[in-house]
Amino acid sequence: MSADVAVVGFAQSPVRVREDATTSGVEMLVPIFAEVFRACGLTKSDIGFWCSGSSDYLAGRAFSFVSAVDAIGAVPPAMESHVEMDAAWALYEAWAKVLTGEAEIALAYGFGKSSGAELRRVLALQLDPYLVAPLWPDSVSVAALQARLGLEAGRWTEKDMAEVAARSRAEARSNPDAQVSGSVTAAELLARPYVAEPLRAHDCAPVGDGAAVVIIASAARARELCERPAWISGFAHQVDSGSLGARDLLAVPSAAGAAAAAGAGPVELAELHAPFSHQELLLREALGLGEGVAVNPSGGALCGNPMFAAGLARIGLAARAVMSGRASRALGHATSGPALQQNLVCVLSGEAS
Amino acid sequence: MSQPLAESAPLRAPLEIEFDYTRSLGPVLSQFMAALAERRILGARGADGRVHAPPFEYDPVSAEPPGELVPVGPEGTVISWSWMPDPLAGQPLAEPFAWALIRLDGADTAMLHAVDAGSAAAMRTGLRVRPRWAARPAGGIRDIACFEPCDGPAGTAPVPAQDTLPAQDIGAERTPGMTIASVRLRYLHTASPGESAYLRGLAAGRLLGQRCGVCGQVYVPTRGTCPADGVTMTEEVELPETGTVTTFCIVNVGYPGQRVTPPYVAAAVLLDGADIAFQHLVLGCDASEVRMGLRVRAVWGEAGGISHFTPTGEPDALYETYARSL
Repeated sequence: MSADVAVVGFAQSPVRVREDATTSGVEMLVPIFAEVFRACGLTKSDIGFWCSGSSDYLAGRAFSFVSAVDAIGAVPPAMESHVEMDAAWALYEAWAKVLTGEAEIALAYGFGKSSGAELRRVLALQLDPYLVAPLWPDSVSVAALQARLGLEAGRWTEKDMAEVAARSRAEARSNPDAQVSGSVTAAELLARPYVAEPLRAHDCAPVGDGAAVVIIASAARARELCERPAWISGFAHQVDSGSLGARDLLAVPSAAGAAAAAGAGPVELAELHAPFSHQELLLREALGLGEGVAVNPSGGALCGNPMFAAGLARIGLAARAVMSGRASRALGHATSGPALQQNLVCVLSGEAS
Repeated sequence: MSQPLAESAPLRAPLEIEFDYTRSLGPVLSQFMAALAERRILGARGADGRVHAPPFEYDPVSAEPPGELVPVGPEGTVISWSWMPDPLAGQPLAEPFAWALIRLDGADTAMLHAVDAGSAAAMRTGLRVRPRWAARPAGGIRDIACFEPCDGPAGTAPVPAQDTLPAQDIGAERTPGMTIASVRLRYLHTASPGESAYLRGLAAGRLLGQRCGVCGQVYVPTRGTCPADGVTMTEEVELPETGTVTTFCIVNVGYPGQRVTPPYVAAAVLLDGADIAFQHLVLGCDASEVRMGLRVRAVWGEAGGISHFTPTGEPDALYETYARSL
């Protein structure tokens, strides 16, 4: 039943520090809505359900997602919903709406102006509000604790981490939407200072603003909208304990569990939402991705990580690889929470079930 | 001032948001925090025999609440750490320090806290640490000011990184069963191109709106994108300072920071020539005299911008003239 829905369109804004952009995301969303509608031959009135992912903490104001609805043009009223999460989870809600027949075509979008405040500090507010958040542990420091555990357990080296960053930047040279790209060797990266030992700047996703949009459609509509739809053959998400010190930070059971629940199986290409270099290494293992899998040909989140849009963009990019015929089976992954606490896997196939 | 919107950069300004959450702790964390005030640390034994410190509220295996809490620590061992060379606002120390996962003696899980080690060179996995207690307990996790190496001298309670102070430093008294979490966030807020044009217009004593090229509706303030059509608006429209009250409410409730003494009127004002009303104050008459259809005029403030609207004395507008903008 799950292959009855397909991704038919994707667009994203270039990931940049956008000094001109508001936290409502409207300026970033209007052009990409126009782009994806043009590609699919749709108008806003064709969309049966809209779902967004964003955060008021990032925006610094209440109900920021309501302002973003300006970009939809919601007259007459639209069926619309929102998640205070990466928009990959908004896509999950949209998928459920199409699966249950409540909509034939649905659109998920995410936006984040990550540069509006000190991102690593804002993200402290996603932690346990009694025992952890009052200390203001920033997201980079928390990820660094996880990186050190792996280093000292012999799971990876700082060189392995730098190689992830160097490969990602090299891949991003062909991605005009990437924020960071270029030719650099692991040795050059390792000569640079720590920002939160054992993490260096290259180990951490840059702070960037952006938006992404994905359109999905039922089997009845998908083929007319897209020559080669990317059929969703599996879609699942799971979460691990919110207690950082109580979970094994070197295992990502929620990623492995989501992949199993989504029936991931072998894929040719995977877009992983790994905001820190060592997390790509953890995810490759948890998702069972072998050497032959093309991981993050876009450069991944290390080369552009607009909050609340980057996970959705991973799915969009994986779907684009299927829609263009570059892959017959691809995996899109999204994460949320500290140190890969929550994980989502979407498997896309060129063949309907 | 007639500069096209697109040619002026959006306005930006610092925005500081501050709120204190007063949270009830529940049965387990109340015991944990009460023990911290007595300079003791408690953990919870799970169904699998493992001791969690800090304690869980519900057993991750059995989903049962814990039984009697058990003492752990107060010393412990660092199992992972990272170095913070440039502490951020609100963090436990203003000087460089380590974040660490610390397994307290007798516990099987770790707690996250700061270690005042002086330098990264003094940090290592396996380091033995002890809590440095806050001078005065306030009923929160920050009653442990930080940890410090067991083999070093006892330090005094540290000065936290400025900006967001733990409850004891804002003069809060400990209330059993409650904790106060102070949140202060700083943004650089950017107004949209439309909002920027509107604000610049106000500063110059002009009221600017925009007309949508698709539906023809005139919006004031300018908002950049037509919310009905989702398209960027480019046609600027200057509007007069007179309008009609479409609907209103009388504010009778006081709140901190209020600038007008209740009762007063907040009204939706439809400027002449606009299709969408905006909210403003109606002053200069008794609140009971304000009514739907009342004709009003902007009163400009001394510092620029509109202070409020006030009745013009004209006959009321007919309902039909504003009904579709309600």
